[in-house]
Amino acid sequence: MIDSLIGLFHSKSGVVLLMTYAVLMLATLIITLVKTYKTPELIARIQSWWWIISLFTLGVMLNNTLALFFFGLVSYLALKEYFTLIPSRRADRRIIFYAYLAIIIQYLFAHMQWYGMFIIWIPVYLFLFLPFCQVLNGETQGFLANTSRIHWGLMMFVFGLSHLAYLLNLTNPSNNLAITGTDLVLYVVLLTEANDILQYLWGKRFGKHKIVPKVSPNKTVEGFIGAFMCTTLLALFFSFLTPFEWYQALLVGMLISSAGFIGDVVISMIKREVNVKDSGSLLPGHGGILDRVDSLTYTAPLFFHYVYYLYY
Amino acid sequence: MLKLLFFILIVRPFLLLVTGVHIQGRNNLSTTESSILVANHNSHLDTLILMSLYPLNQLSKVRPIAAADYFLKNKWLAWFSLTVLGIIPLKRQDNADRSQLFTDIKAALNQGHSVIIFPEGSRGEANTLAPFKSGIAHLAKDFPQTPVIPIYMHGTGKVLPKGEKLLVPFGIDVMIGKPLYYTAQTTKSDFMQHLEQSIRGLQQSLLGI
Repeated sequence: MIDSLIGLFHSKSGVVLLMTYAVLMLATLIITLVKTYKTPELIARIQSWWWIISLFTLGVMLNNTLALFFFGLVSYLALKEYFTLIPSRRADRRIIFYAYLAIIIQYLFAHMQWYGMFIIWIPVYLFLFLPFCQVLNGETQGFLANTSRIHWGLMMFVFGLSHLAYLLNLTNPSNNLAITGTDLVLYVVLLTEANDILQYLWGKRFGKHKIVPKVSPNKTVEGFIGAFMCTTLLALFFSFLTPFEWYQALLVGMLISSAGFIGDVVISMIKREVNVKDSGSLLPGHGGILDRVDSLTYTAPLFFHYVYYLYY
Repeated sequence: MLKLLFFILIVRPFLLLVTGVHIQGRNNLSTTESSILVANHNSHLDTLILMSLYPLNQLSKVRPIAAADYFLKNKWLAWFSLTVLGIIPLKRQDNADRSQLFTDIKAALNQGHSVIIFPEGSRGEANTLAPFKSGIAHLAKDFPQTPVIPIYMHGTGKVLPKGEKLLVPFGIDVMIGKPLYYTAQTTKSDFMQHLEQSIRGLQQSLLGI
C-alpha cells in the first residue's frame, strides 16, 4: 500500500494528482482567509472535495481491481439514488432488483475486457430482458413509462459510467507511448470535474445571460464559454497523460466541456421533473452523488470512444 | 449479546452499504434518556432502523413493542423476536383491561428503557398514514416526564413492503420531530391529535407536499 502510494507519486498521474491537491489546498486557504468566501456551503463543498479526491486516489489510482469495485460502487450508489428519486410501482421492484444485479455483470465484462459483451449487455440484452420480466409480472398499467425509466437509469449510471472501468484496463496505445488506462481515467475525470467548477466560477464572476433558464437557472452563457476555453487549454496542458497529438487534445477538450455541460443539465431535467433541488444528501455542499457524476455520464462514454477509435 | 451481534454484523452494515439512511432532526432524540418513539409503519425494517438510531451500548435498553399474535406465532420467530430483537409482546386482539395490557411496557419504562411504538397498529401502504390507535396516550399520561418522539420514515415501504420477500435497495429517510409531553391540561384525544399532526407535519416536510 505505502509502496504503491510512493510509486504513484513518481508517475505522471501522481504529479497531476499532486497538482490537484495543491489547487484544493489553495481553495481551502482562500475560503479560510477571505471572509466573503467563508460560507457554510463553500466550506462543506470543499471538505467534500477533500474526501472525493482522497477516496479517488486510494480507490482508483493504486490498483485496477480495487478501481473496478470503486466504480462499481459509484454506479450502484448513483443508480440507487436515481431509483429513490423517480416514481416506481410496486410491480417494478423485481426489475429494479435485476437492474442492480446487472451492475456486477457489466463491471465483470469491463474487467475481462470482453468488448463485445461490455458494449451490448445493457443496450441489447437488458433492453430485451426487462420488458419480458414485466410480462411475467403482468401489471400492464404504466408498463411502458416505468420500464423505460428503469432502463434509462441503467444506461446512464451503469453503462455510461462503466466506460471508466473499461478505460482503466486499456494498455499500449497504437502509437506506443507509455500511457496507462489509469492516466486516461484521471485525464477525463479531472477535466470533467474541472469543467464543472470552472463553469461555476465563471458564472459567479461574469454570469449574466441564462443559458437554459427553465432547466438550470444558475447556468449562464458566460460560465459555459469561460469553462469551454479553460477546459480546452487544460486538455492541451494535460495531454501528456494521453496518446493525443495537440489538435486531438484540443478537440477532446471541447468535447469534454460541451458534453459535461449537457450531462449536467440532463440530470437537472430529472431533478426538475420530480421537483427536488439536490438529488440526495451523500456529499455535503454538493448534494447527492448524481450531482457529482452527472457530467461524467456523458463525458465518460464519449471520451472512451474517441480515444478507443483513434488509438486502440 | 445476540442482539448486539445481530446489529453489528447484519443490521448496521446493511443499512450503511445497501440502503443508506439519511437522518434529519437527530438532536430531537436523546439516546441516553428513556423515551417513547412513535413512528409510521410500512416495513419490518422500520424497527431495525429505529433501534439503529441508538449507539450500540444503549441497544439493550431499546424495546420495540410488537404484536404477540404475529411475532410469537411460532417457536423460531418467538425466539428471534424475544432474544435477538428484545420485543415487548402486545396482545392486540385482547379487548381485556387496558392497564393489564400495558403492564410489561410500563415496567420497561420504569426501568429506564425506551420503547418503540407504531400507532397505526400494523404495516400499511407507503406514504399513507392509517388512523392512530390511542393506547399511546394512556402510556404518555402515566409517564408525563418521558418524551414522546414523533418520527416519520420514508423508503422502507419500497425496500421491503408488507407481503414481499424480495429486498430491493432504495434510499431511506428518517425525520425525527420535536419531543411531545403529556401535560395535565391535555386530554387524551388532544394528545393523539397533536401527535398525529406532528407526524403528518414531518411527512409533509420530507416529501415536500
